[in-house]
Amino acid sequence: MGGGQANATRQESVSCAPYAAVVTSEELVIRARGLTKAYGDFVAVDGIDFDVRRGESFGLLGPNGAGKSTTMRMIGGTLGRTAGELSVVGLDPETQGPQVRAHLGVVPQQDNLDDDLKVRENLIMYGRYFGLPRSYLVPKSAELLEFAQLTDKASARVDDLSGGMKRRLTIARGLVNEPEVLLLDEPTTGLDPQARHTLWDRLFRLKEAGVTLIVTTHFMDEAEQLCDRLIVIDKGTIMAEGSPAQLIRQYSTREVLELRFGSQRNAQVVAQLEGLAERIEVLPDRILLYSADGEATLERVSGAGLHPVTSLVRRSSLEDVFLRLTGRTLVD
Amino acid sequence: MSRELSPTQLAVERLARPRPAPGIWSGNMVAVLERGWQAIKTQNWGIIISGFFEPVLYLLAMGWGLGALVGEVEGPGGAKVSYAAYIAPAMLATSAMNGAIYDSTMNVFFKLNFGKLYQAMLQTSLGPLDVALGEIMLALFRGLLYAVAFLAVMAALGLATSWWALLMVPAAVLIAFGFAAVGMGVTSFAQRFQQLDLIMFAMLPMFLFSATLYPISVYPSAVQLFIQALPLWHGVELMRHLAVGHLTWATLGHATYFTAMTALGLWVTTVRMRKLFLR
Repeated sequence: MGGGQANATRQESVSCAPYAAVVTSEELVIRARGLTKAYGDFVAVDGIDFDVRRGESFGLLGPNGAGKSTTMRMIGGTLGRTAGELSVVGLDPETQGPQVRAHLGVVPQQDNLDDDLKVRENLIMYGRYFGLPRSYLVPKSAELLEFAQLTDKASARVDDLSGGMKRRLTIARGLVNEPEVLLLDEPTTGLDPQARHTLWDRLFRLKEAGVTLIVTTHFMDEAEQLCDRLIVIDKGTIMAEGSPAQLIRQYSTREVLELRFGSQRNAQVVAQLEGLAERIEVLPDRILLYSADGEATLERVSGAGLHPVTSLVRRSSLEDVFLRLTGRTLVD
Repeated sequence: MSRELSPTQLAVERLARPRPAPGIWSGNMVAVLERGWQAIKTQNWGIIISGFFEPVLYLLAMGWGLGALVGEVEGPGGAKVSYAAYIAPAMLATSAMNGAIYDSTMNVFFKLNFGKLYQAMLQTSLGPLDVALGEIMLALFRGLLYAVAFLAVMAALGLATSWWALLMVPAAVLIAFGFAAVGMGVTSFAQRFQQLDLIMFAMLPMFLFSATLYPISVYPSAVQLFIQALPLWHGVELMRHLAVGHLTWATLGHATYFTAMTALGLWVTTVRMRKLFLR
């Protein structure tokens, strides 16, 4: 499955030689082969292969503990790898950490803003860590505050910002060195819907400006919104790779019919539903019937004399892809 | 500054200059110091000032209170000095030790594991060695301020009797550097707070028994040798020599001890850097 696709990509690049080498080195911002991180017996990342091309928006989708953050930290060179190859902007992050990070903007899962400094000073000081001069940073910080819609909070204390504001400030801070690659670890976790949409809008603008985005998320809607291409990770291995639309086409049907018969009866009616859809998944609270036409399937269910408490027809999402690949839901 | 270079290029160009330990050091410790200074400006000065009072309070209680019972004692080179003048240099050495150890063990360990500051710094071009050295320098700067203030108190009380006493300030910084470097090396091995408590636990007896409050001659020779192997004794002796201007080869020996201690501590810290910061 996922391995097959990765192989196909590799074969392509081989068959395109001798141009491939030139094109690849210029276009790939990240190249990982057999990337592995083990803590004693526990293997957090288990020999994964992936490429990220310049300007693309690349996602790592998987549940908590899948190895997404570990992979992100290895990319930034703040965590060593146990085995495998990793090249970021053509350099090894483990031996050339400071250089690699000069090209990166990092937005960690949990905001790590400097509580002792004011909002504007957070941006300026962060730029100083890159060795950038104040003459550049003062106008740049004003521009970034505007981008993050925080201009009127420039002199506020970090503690006084809302969750969404802190997140936007963290992203603005990650942009202070005008990075080629922005690493976003769970960018909207813990934000309310409106703050999420504001943030997505900002990230779209960056994407339009040509910044390569690498996003980890366990929200399928976020992956669908933000990612051109993604890998689905579970237990440290890659389960599938492709664009959101490709993955849905490959691993799911066009539509899904969700039925609820009440927690007692769900299990009993499964036998009667067999054959009414291409595939059936039974979850603790509901039954999912996969088919090209959900309404037609619902009619067949009624025709069979079954009357669910609630029914819902929706388009397939990455959540269904994940369920198909792992037998589990993304958000438990 | 040319406008053509993008900030990334600017940073990369600076990093392209040859430097030792390129994977863990970016040569930009200055930014860590700058951040420390910015943070101090907004911080509670009460906490900073309290560090100055500790040795002064000891000096007053022991030197003046207890000193009234003790009278004069034999100082370096056999000259008679007041008890307060005898212990004042020891108080300065001890306070340099305490500050440096606290900053390089508890403070660093907390910031590494619970604070988010180092995490944020290390996701930039800074390397762990920039952060570690910057942190040590900040601790030394604070130690420098305390030493100057303490020396002023000593002078006001008439306890500094030689111009050589001015050298007690750089000596305090050197003592602090030695302890901070070793402290950070030890912290790189620590997994839990409790392990660092052991260091704090070792410091109290070292303070009490390192010839701080009475001469080392009261001990049998085996105990003397043991005490003389410990760093604080060297710090105390170094300070005592400088306070009265009694300079001998031994003075230089004590200073050399701390230079070696600094080098050893920095070496261990550098070697252990990845374990310390990049776990």
